[in-house]
Amino acid sequence: MRVTVKLFAFFRDGRFKEEGREYSTGTVVGDIVDELGIGRDEVGVVMINSLQRSLQSPIADGDVVAIFPMIGGG
Amino acid sequence: MTDKIFRINMTDLTTGIEDVPTAWAGHGGRGLTSTIVAAEVEPTCHPLGPKNKLVFAPGLLSGTLAANSGRLSVGAKSPLTGTIKEANAGGSAAQYLARCGCKALIIEGQPRDDRWYSLTVTPEGVVINAENELIGKGNYEVVETVAARLPGKPGIITIGPAGEMRMAAANISVKDPDGGLRSCGRGGLGAVMGSKKIKFIAIDPRDGKVDIADQAKFRDANRAFAKALVDHPVSKALGQYGTNVLVNIINEAGALPTRNFTSGQFDGHDRISGETMHDTIVARGGKPKHNCHPGCVIQCSQIYNDAAGKKLTSGFEYESIWAMGADCCIDNLDHIAEADHIMDDIGIDSIETPVAFAVAMEAGVLPFGDGPGICRILREDVAKGTALGRIIGGGAGSVGRAFGITRVPTVKNQAIPAYDPRAIKGIGITYATSTQGADHTMGYTIATNILGVGGKVDPLTKEGQVELSRNLQIATAAIDSTGMCLFIAFAALDDQTCLPALIDLINARFGTSLVGDDVVNLGKSILKTERAFNIAAGFTNVDDRLPEFFYTEPLPPHNVVFDFSGEEIDTFWNF
Repeated sequence: MRVTVKLFAFFRDGRFKEEGREYSTGTVVGDIVDELGIGRDEVGVVMINSLQRSLQSPIADGDVVAIFPMIGGG
Repeated sequence: MTDKIFRINMTDLTTGIEDVPTAWAGHGGRGLTSTIVAAEVEPTCHPLGPKNKLVFAPGLLSGTLAANSGRLSVGAKSPLTGTIKEANAGGSAAQYLARCGCKALIIEGQPRDDRWYSLTVTPEGVVINAENELIGKGNYEVVETVAARLPGKPGIITIGPAGEMRMAAANISVKDPDGGLRSCGRGGLGAVMGSKKIKFIAIDPRDGKVDIADQAKFRDANRAFAKALVDHPVSKALGQYGTNVLVNIINEAGALPTRNFTSGQFDGHDRISGETMHDTIVARGGKPKHNCHPGCVIQCSQIYNDAAGKKLTSGFEYESIWAMGADCCIDNLDHIAEADHIMDDIGIDSIETPVAFAVAMEAGVLPFGDGPGICRILREDVAKGTALGRIIGGGAGSVGRAFGITRVPTVKNQAIPAYDPRAIKGIGITYATSTQGADHTMGYTIATNILGVGGKVDPLTKEGQVELSRNLQIATAAIDSTGMCLFIAFAALDDQTCLPALIDLINARFGTSLVGDDVVNLGKSILKTERAFNIAAGFTNVDDRLPEFFYTEPLPPHNVVFDFSGEEIDTFWNF
């Protein structure tokens, strides 16, 4: 299935900003993180289709998965 | 050096130094400004009249070597909101005031004629000087001229033309160590300083030092505290991208108020994001990292150069970039940076003013997306005080009233900042119930609603939001009293060593034995003091509401409204 993966802040370094990628059924967000060589403990926030989700959340065809390191401001 | 109260009466142009009353001894920063305003200012007075008082207070730890302790609090009754107000900023002034032995500087009264003055603060007290040369000048010229006029490197607190003209969005600026400006931005306190006819305050601590009761304990606590700050991953991202790292995540969450709060996502988000800003700064030879006061270990400030490599602005913050960017639909960072610089020079709040511009855009005064138009109106109207400039300088509510617009994002007449309360409901509770009008910094639920700091509370449901906002507003009131930058809260929420180290610092400074509950109780009592002032000024629970359109206009992409009843909001105050 086809999923759009978006990366932010220093997760983009040496990777990409946004990419359409193929995954098999049953993939969870944590699998994407592993595949990209990002440490799971580095991940601060995960969103699927603009909703807060976790590394254990399954993905579906057409999803937009956004992966952020721990960031803050205000 | 013993802490004293420095008092200035601008009606008879006298100054004095007083002992600190026992009831004020445990206070600093916001706790002290609010305690003094509540004790000495008639709640029903006109904010720009002689009965209002302008109070400056360094935090409890300002002037020491404690990391990130350089925030200066300013308090008064606000001409924008009519409530009690505290605004705080970095820069050198808090540390220098503390080293002068000044626990609070209280400015009262008002000159009977139109003459302007400046103040010079040293450990010996305050001197009032006549000022002619700098009247009508922008903040940058004030800072440069005063730095050249006085010996050493004085701390400088200044107002621009907006403050002189008593615009309700006027801010008070504080010089940073490099000649940049930090702003006590919100609530129009620059207009109060202008009403007292004070153009600037210069501070020279000479060889003054802050007393520390237990030096060894202080040093150990500071080491643990600074380590907790540096180790927290949020500090790393703040140093690299600044607060503007938030544009993309708030946009992704569908909560980036766009086109005067009609959408939660902005097509041009990536062009104004922290990531783009970082790359632009590096490519142009600017500084991605910069500290707004000595001792900051996070360094979220930065120096942003123009395409020719010349400094355009510094301290370029997410909320300012959001307001001119998404809210006014400007996707050109250079236009936003230029407007930011002009606003700093005029001395006007870079949240209130661009939100006012977005309302003016809806009214047809200028088109959405017109960055050069904003810069032109700032220079030709706001800075010069034309009728249009004064309407915009009166804030978002002022523009809405002048042009008959109903979609005006304010609470208690103060503009709502960069997080839409329909898609991040916790922050809506903070906007509604804050003692100071809409202000994200009063209880930053974004940490937990969006960023996963201090746990997680789903931003789109009502559950847990009132409690989250309450706990954060109480903690914030306490942190704002210490002189600490609020960004220590990210570490404090996640790292068990951070808050105890902060309490150890306070105890080592004053020889006290405070515990965690004392800090919570301090926060609660500050909020209650502030609310009592507002109630006496005529505010009721019905003022603790969001504007009507948040309840009736669904916000894309989630198509959600703010759906808390008045009764539910009012439970905030059950403590």
